[in-house]
Amino acid sequence: MKIHEYQAKELLRKYGVPTPRGVPCFSVDESVQAAKALGGRTCVVKAQIHAGGRGKGGGVKLARSADETRALAGQILGMQLVTHQTGPQGQKVRRLLIEEGADIRKEYYLGLVVDRGTQTVALMASAEGGMDIEEVAASHPEKIHRVAIDPATGLKDAEGDDVARRIGIPESSVPQARGLLQALYRAFWDTDASLVEVNPLILTGDGRVVALDAKMTFDDNALFRHPELAAMRDLDEEDPAEVEASKFDLNYIQLEGDIGCLVNGAGLAMATMDIIKFYGGQPANFLDVGGGATTEKVTEAFKIMLRNPSLKAILVNIFGGIMKCDVIATALVAAAKLVSLKVPLVVRLEGTNVELGKTILAESGLPIISGADMADAAQKVVAAARASSSPVR
Amino acid sequence: MSILVNRNTRVVTQGITGKTGQFHTRTSRDYANGRNCYVAGVNPKKAGEDFEGIPIFATVAEAKAKTGVDTSVIYVPPPGAAAAIWEAVEAGLDLVICITEGIPVRDMIEVRDRMRKCGSKTLLVGPNCPGVITPDEIKIGIMPGHIHRKGAIGVVSRSGTLTYEAVGQLSALGLGQSSAVGTGGDPVNGMKHVDVLRLFNDDPETEAVIMIGEIGGSDEESAARWVKANMKKPVVGFIAGVTAPPGKRMGHAGAIISGGKGTAQEKLAIMEECGIKVTRNPAEMGKLLKSVLKR
Repeated sequence: MKIHEYQAKELLRKYGVPTPRGVPCFSVDESVQAAKALGGRTCVVKAQIHAGGRGKGGGVKLARSADETRALAGQILGMQLVTHQTGPQGQKVRRLLIEEGADIRKEYYLGLVVDRGTQTVALMASAEGGMDIEEVAASHPEKIHRVAIDPATGLKDAEGDDVARRIGIPESSVPQARGLLQALYRAFWDTDASLVEVNPLILTGDGRVVALDAKMTFDDNALFRHPELAAMRDLDEEDPAEVEASKFDLNYIQLEGDIGCLVNGAGLAMATMDIIKFYGGQPANFLDVGGGATTEKVTEAFKIMLRNPSLKAILVNIFGGIMKCDVIATALVAAAKLVSLKVPLVVRLEGTNVELGKTILAESGLPIISGADMADAAQKVVAAARASSSPVR
Repeated sequence: MSILVNRNTRVVTQGITGKTGQFHTRTSRDYANGRNCYVAGVNPKKAGEDFEGIPIFATVAEAKAKTGVDTSVIYVPPPGAAAAIWEAVEAGLDLVICITEGIPVRDMIEVRDRMRKCGSKTLLVGPNCPGVITPDEIKIGIMPGHIHRKGAIGVVSRSGTLTYEAVGQLSALGLGQSSAVGTGGDPVNGMKHVDVLRLFNDDPETEAVIMIGEIGGSDEESAARWVKANMKKPVVGFIAGVTAPPGKRMGHAGAIISGGKGTAQEKLAIMEECGIKVTRNPAEMGKLLKSVLKR
């Protein structure tokens, strides 16, 4: 789960990470008042959306007066902000962060992530602040300094000092940087974060290190023990179809194509998308129904897929192990009738009671196309999608 | 022969009294030699009782002392699952297979750290995995037993149903399996592809291995490099997620591409460089394996 920059900064401040003073705002008037209350000569108007690249997209602007704050807040609030992470349609800006201007002498990068290789939390730091870390990692991997943090001790003093020096923080600011790094790690660990990124971390004119930006993502599997974090979830920032799917315990991700997929198991679901592409089609979504494909779940899955205006055909690929094929077939037939399915439906069933399942589908009176195996089913659904020249609705 | 588990393995089920634990203990006990293999369960509140004849003990250590179990399978719900792994490690079992899906990553980081620091010899498979099966001998986990055939092909994969797909294809071609291992879909887990390949390499009855991977992390890359340097048997592979967009979590918490690492294309390229034949068509995994056999 992701949160907004202002929420991440509030959290980090509690752990002792210095950030600029700022106020989250939901309207232009609030923004002007916030700027006044902050009282500096300048303030920064920052669009709050979950995607990165906000500055380049025009969502972060410096205001030098109350009039400018009013104008910029009016301009950014409500805009469709397009960044490299939002896709071409962009994301609507509904919240702003009004922050005091900062005196930036130098910028750095800090990130904490779970490192699968060492099975620890890894600190990544670079003198290349403000830049996209993926680009730095690709072009100058030697400029990123990494520390695998011992889970039993946390980030040690010497490790913090060493990293601070390596990225070029001046000696007089090293002790403060060490404290910031340790606070950042404590925040990561305590909140079950999966990512904490400070890009940039800045050195101010008077030698202080400050988190100028902050991004936090949390482990969904740990939210049960952090109700205060779960409450920060902003559904406006998520795909409505994905939110709806999660209510029914369906794992759904919308994609660009026109062939809907309904599969049990994440690995097989990805493989099903791949085989559609292999035979020349484009998957419209990833959808894992998990272990129990009940009529209710399959019905909801169909409904969610059918909301996609590009959808031309659906492929159901189920390897029934624990889940028996006859039970799945019954659920599919009932669901197809409930939603009065109009797009071609190709079904591939395999596993326990497969013959019984196929009989149920054949005798349902529905125009279900049966796939003998994964390849056959994929080829049939690609052909069906091509044959339906325009989307059904 | 086989790897990790066989007809002589003795299993304790942690979480035997929950709905999932009961269901899968029953189907596993009914498979092949299961009746002799499933000898104990653990639940501190129900010690002294039994589950359909399988005695329940308060702790894994007690179950080991009384019944001689060497392997544990875990169905404990996520909040207590990492502690269950640790209990089995402390009891000194040889192998722990954790099926539980949804364990917080931080819990896994802690338990893996403790396992390393205490010098434990216990092997961990999972979490968030289908388990391990040696056909016609023993099934430990949630895979459907009937799709397997006894034979000489090793199967290693991170996924559940995609593993069944591969096994189904192999069995349909008359190619049985020595053992099939699901290493699990979580970012921090126990055995990796490379650890399982090592065992298949040393197993005299395994002739060839099918290695199934997916986007995220670098397990497949390191396994491929190890294969190039050490493997004496043919290995074929498939990677799921060629079509997956970056930054999206495709069901498995581990299946997320970030930082330009772990895409399906990169993995496939490295596997091919290392002499592993790969297919981009998941319906052809079995056929590809058959094509590399020397018979």
